Amino acid sequence: MACAEAGAVKGKFFVPRGVVQLLGKIFVYIVLWAAAVVTLVPFLWMVAAALKSREDFFRSLFLPEGGGLFGVAWERLTLENFNRLFGQGNIAMHIVNSAFLSSATALGATLGSAMGGYALAKLHFAGRGFLMGFVLWSLVIPGTLLLAPGYKVLFDLNLLNTYWALILPALAPAFGVFLFRQAMVNAVPDSVIESARMDGAGEFRIFFTIILPLVRPMVGAFLMITFLGTWNNFISPQIVLQSPEMMPLSVAISQLRGIYSQDYGLIMAGTLVSIAPVMVLFLLLQKEFISGLTSGSVKG
Amino acid sequence: MKSVRMALAPWLFLAPYLVTTGVFMIWPLAISFDLSFKQTFGPGHEVWVGWENFQFLLRDPLFWKAARNTAIFAACSVFIQLPLSLGLAMLLNRPQLWGRDVLRLVFFSPSLVGLVFVGVLFSMLFEKRTGLLNRVLAAMIPGFDVDFAWLESYVMAALVLAALWLYVGFNMVYFLAALQNVPAELVEAAMLDGASPWQRFRHVVVPEILPVASFVVLLSLIGSFQLFELPFILLNGSGPDNQGLTIVMYLYSTGFVTGDLGYASAIGWVLSLLLMVFAAGQRWLVRRLEQ
Repeated sequence: MACAEAGAVKGKFFVPRGVVQLLGKIFVYIVLWAAAVVTLVPFLWMVAAALKSREDFFRSLFLPEGGGLFGVAWERLTLENFNRLFGQGNIAMHIVNSAFLSSATALGATLGSAMGGYALAKLHFAGRGFLMGFVLWSLVIPGTLLLAPGYKVLFDLNLLNTYWALILPALAPAFGVFLFRQAMVNAVPDSVIESARMDGAGEFRIFFTIILPLVRPMVGAFLMITFLGTWNNFISPQIVLQSPEMMPLSVAISQLRGIYSQDYGLIMAGTLVSIAPVMVLFLLLQKEFISGLTSGSVKG
Repeated sequence: MKSVRMALAPWLFLAPYLVTTGVFMIWPLAISFDLSFKQTFGPGHEVWVGWENFQFLLRDPLFWKAARNTAIFAACSVFIQLPLSLGLAMLLNRPQLWGRDVLRLVFFSPSLVGLVFVGVLFSMLFEKRTGLLNRVLAAMIPGFDVDFAWLESYVMAALVLAALWLYVGFNMVYFLAALQNVPAELVEAAMLDGASPWQRFRHVVVPEILPVASFVVLLSLIGSFQLFELPFILLNGSGPDNQGLTIVMYLYSTGFVTGDLGYASAIGWVLSLLLMVFAAGQRWLVRRLEQ
């Protein structure tokens, strides 16, 4: 009976209305894939520009035309821009700077946020409600309000032109504490903590061996969010750092553009080198990220 | 012994948060309040000026220019960018769509690129004669001038276009998640009642996604009003005749180029009050909707 009803509903409402519906479907696909092409074209143009000689940059829109496969003159492509980038541009140093800053900030911020979130989610103490309210309130404060006075604080602490000035303020962001608190309230059963305490485990051992593994997807996600955020951050290093050899990629590339503004190939190679690592990281971890999220909920 | 340890543990776990928040948020906030009543010459020298910073701000043509530019950009974000995001999300939400995951990833990919790098990339795309955009437009539209000067005369349009590329996919992810949570029964019931597609959208889908939509609007407003890196890099400064000057760019240049952290703090407070008004407005809206 239920089957028959379902069939009736199906028969009544999912009759293909022929041409109109087909045209609608084609229209949807055309719009979506056109939007996808528009999204990807700047990336493709950048890659092509980075691989072309100066001459070919002006002569061709994407890849230089010739007699090779797909009508492209593959043999004209060159790594010349990258050679100059790593030679006179000294980009390797800035890659190392960015990688160090981003990793250190990501690790520190994830640990600091997870610890704070754990206390707010699972430990009992006077003032917990107030502190939670404070964390939520502080989320509303725009970062730009802190730019000028933050600079003065760093000046007073004698931290200007050091990496500490970038890492320390990012060590336990309210946003991270809040995210971990939410994740732990649901994913960590109180009974697990209680029985570990019965067995005589210390609070920090419980945190590292039991709590963190339970919220592993959140740990992964937050590591990636902070890594990406630090890698792409421009305004803080621009304000805080002075020594050219300390600059991360974001500042270095913006300066490269100022100095060699007409050297399109070099600048696009620099931008490509800056974007590619985080893109690859995201693509690689995306699968693990999603499976981690789902497996965490099953295991928990 | 054990109870002491238990009483101490929460504070040890909270120590990183409490210390960094105290030193790098509460202290700066207090200083900022004090600074906004002073004129400074670099971080070391300051003079008390009372309300003068705020009085000057109200009459400062550059501040108003920055505020105007920022407001125009914010309006474009809300009225051009977000409808496009919603539209894309609705197309992606169609049942049995082939390639949905790939498309979502493609649309999202620009948000992985930092604003600086987007600025550099688009400054090349918008170049006269050599830039991709003008070459494509010239090939498509007969009589289009390849020397069309985006970054000199059409600064705002260029900024809005770059922001579209960057943020449409990002906001789409929120809308798509909200759309996927609209109960299918509701839509089917509306179809049974003979509602047209527009009626279904207006009376079934919109009320369901409104809480998420209002949150996305708030995020866009907050992000738009803090716009800095994109125009700063794209235009290599504030652009000809300050066409691309934004509030935060003005804060940056008064504080860190001119060296008046006091006036910069005053600008920061005015901007923050504005953002808090937006946040309060969004909360009020959500509360009204829930009733």
